[in-house]
Amino acid sequence: MNVTWATLVAACCVVALAAQAPQTPAAPAPQQPSEIQLVISGEPGTPPRYAVPDFVALSPDLADAAKTLGQVLWDDLNFEREFYMIPRDTYATIPVARTPEDVPFNAWRELGADAVVYGTVQKVDANTVRVQVRLFNVRSRQSVFAKEYTGSATTARLYAHTMSDEIHQQQRALRGVARTKLTFASDRNREKVAGPVQNRDVKEVYIADYDGENQRRVTTNRQLNITPVWAPDARGIAYTSYRRGYPDIFIALIYQGIQETPTNGVGQNWLPVFSPDGTRICFTSNRDGNPELYVMNRDGSNVRRITNNPAIDTTPTWSPNGTQISFVSDRGGTPQIYIMGADGLNLRRITQNESWADRPTWAPAPFNEIAFSARTGPGFDIKVYDLASGTTRQITFGEGSNESPAFSPNGRHLAFASSRNGGRYEIYTMARDGKNVKQITRDGSNYTPSWSN
Amino acid sequence: MAEAGKDERSMRRPTTIFIVVLLMCAGACAKKQPPLAPQPAPPPAATAPVAPPAPGAPPPQRVEESVPVPAISEDSIGNRTLEDLNRNSPLQPAFFGLDSFELDDAGRAVVASNAEILKKYPTWMVTVEGHCDERGTAEYNLALGERRAVAVKTYLVALGVSPDRLRTVSYGKEFPFDAGHSESAWSKNRRAHFVITSK
Repeated sequence: MNVTWATLVAACCVVALAAQAPQTPAAPAPQQPSEIQLVISGEPGTPPRYAVPDFVALSPDLADAAKTLGQVLWDDLNFEREFYMIPRDTYATIPVARTPEDVPFNAWRELGADAVVYGTVQKVDANTVRVQVRLFNVRSRQSVFAKEYTGSATTARLYAHTMSDEIHQQQRALRGVARTKLTFASDRNREKVAGPVQNRDVKEVYIADYDGENQRRVTTNRQLNITPVWAPDARGIAYTSYRRGYPDIFIALIYQGIQETPTNGVGQNWLPVFSPDGTRICFTSNRDGNPELYVMNRDGSNVRRITNNPAIDTTPTWSPNGTQISFVSDRGGTPQIYIMGADGLNLRRITQNESWADRPTWAPAPFNEIAFSARTGPGFDIKVYDLASGTTRQITFGEGSNESPAFSPNGRHLAFASSRNGGRYEIYTMARDGKNVKQITRDGSNYTPSWSN
Repeated sequence: MAEAGKDERSMRRPTTIFIVVLLMCAGACAKKQPPLAPQPAPPPAATAPVAPPAPGAPPPQRVEESVPVPAISEDSIGNRTLEDLNRNSPLQPAFFGLDSFELDDAGRAVVASNAEILKKYPTWMVTVEGHCDERGTAEYNLALGERRAVAVKTYLVALGVSPDRLRTVSYGKEFPFDAGHSESAWSKNRRAHFVITSK
C-alpha cells in the first residue's frame, strides 16, 4: 500500500496559524494571543462537544472526498470516546463556510458545540489534492489546530485518520488508533485445499484498516494460513502456514512482498508472537517431541527453549517491556494461563477458577492487564485479569463464543473473534470495558485478529 | 459421506471383523486384554467414547468398536490409486474424548488394525493428522491435535511400524470432518486421521 500522503509540513505551526485567526471585534477576547488555550474544554464536568461538518470541496469533482473526510474524521474521533460527537445530521442545515473567516460561530454556539472542524479539499493536479483542516474553539473563535496534507486523491480516509490521531494527540495527549490495522485469517475465498482429503477450506491472512475498511488479502498459497500477528513496526506479519504440509512460521513483509522463514525447517512451529521491540519471536514448537515454548531472534538465530514440561505449553504473549511471557499450559490438568520471565523462570499460574482458558494477550502500558478467552458455558467469553489486584473482569457475556482477544496499541480497545452473529466467526472490536462492539468482517469466517501499532 | 458408507459396510460383517480385531489385539498388546463378549454392531454415529454427554441427549454408548478392516482382497488394495485409497481408506481414524489425547480401548484397537495393514504394505508412507472439535479454542487445539497425532504415532511404533514411515501434523479445529454443532459431529472431529502419502 502506498503511504503517499506527504505531510507537506504542516503548513504553519499551530500557534502561528492560530495567531493569524481573525479576531472578530465583537468576540470576547479573554486571552492574549500569546496565551492561547490550545485545549478545548466542555462545560464543567462534561466532555467537549465536537462538530465535524463535511469538508468544503474547492474543486468541482471532489464532493465525494469532502464528504468522506468529514464522515471518517467524525467516526475516528468518536471511536476513542474522548469527546461528545454531535450527530452530523443535526447540523446539516448550518451553512457551509467557503473560507475559515466565514465559519458561522453563532450557529455552532447555538448548537452547543465547543469545537468545530473546518476543512477544505482542493485539486493540485490530476492526481494530487491538498487537504487543509482547522479545529476552532467555538467560544474563543480561535483556531487551535491547523494542518495541511498533500498527496493522492484516492486516500481521503487516510487524511482523516491522520487528522484524528493528531487531534487526539494535541487535545488529549492520547495516542489514537485511526491509522492502525488489523490482521486476521479468513476463509472468504471459499477455495478448497488441494490434497488427498476433500473439502478442506483454505484460510488466508488478510489485513484491514482498524475500522474494517480496505480489507486485503496478504497470503495467496491456498493452504491453511492462520494466527497472524503484527510485527511492532506494522510492516511485517508473522503467521502459521501449512504450505509445506505442516505448520511452520512465516513472516510476510507486506510492503515489500517478501516472505521470511525464520525457523529454518527445524520441527513444526506455530503461534509466533513478536517481542515488543520486534527483535525476538516466541512460538510453540514440537521440535523436542512435545509442544513447548521457544524464543528466537527474528532472523531465526539463537533459539532458546523456555518451557520444559510434559504437558502442553503454547499460545505465548509478551509483557510490554519484554521481560515476561504469559502463556497457556495444561500442566494442571486443563488449559490455564501462566506467567513467567522471558527466560522461563519465576513461573506462576494466574487463572484459578476457569475450566478452559486460552489466548492470553498482554495489554500495552499503562494498563497492567492480560485479556484471555475463558469457557463460560457452551462457548467462550473474553475476560481481563488485572495483574496488580489479581482480580478478573468479564467483558463479553455469552453472545456467541468470543475468542482470541487482541489489544489495540493504546490498550483502550480489543479486537476478537465472535460467533454472535449467526454462528459464523467474524472479527469485532470493542472498548476495553466491553462497550461499543463493532463488527469488522462480514465475508466468510474470520479468526484470530491482531492489532498493529 | 464416505464415512457413512464405510460404517454401513462394516455393519454387514461385524462378527468376523470383531474376531480379527481381538486376535490382533491379543497379539499386539503387551497387556493381556480381558476377553470381550461379542457386541452388536455399533450404530454409525457412536464412533467414539464420549466425554461429557450433552444435556438432554441420550447417554453416549461406549462401544467396543469392531474395527472395519475392509474385506477387500489384498490385490485390490494394492492396485488402488493413492487418491482412491485416501477417499475410502483402509486405515480407519481413531477417536478421542473431549480435551483428551489418550487412546482408549477402541482407539488402540483401531490403531492396531491400521498397524497390521501398514505392515502388510511396507512401502506406504503415512501422515497421522490430529484433529479437534470446535468446542475448544483455536490456539490450544493446535497443540491438542499435535498430542493426539503423536499418541497414535507412538502406539504405531510400539506395534512395530517404523517411525520413518510416519509423519504427524496437527490441524487443531481447522478442518472439521463434520461441520455440525452436535455431539455426533464433535465426536467425529476429535480424531487422528490417517493419510497415505505414498505407496
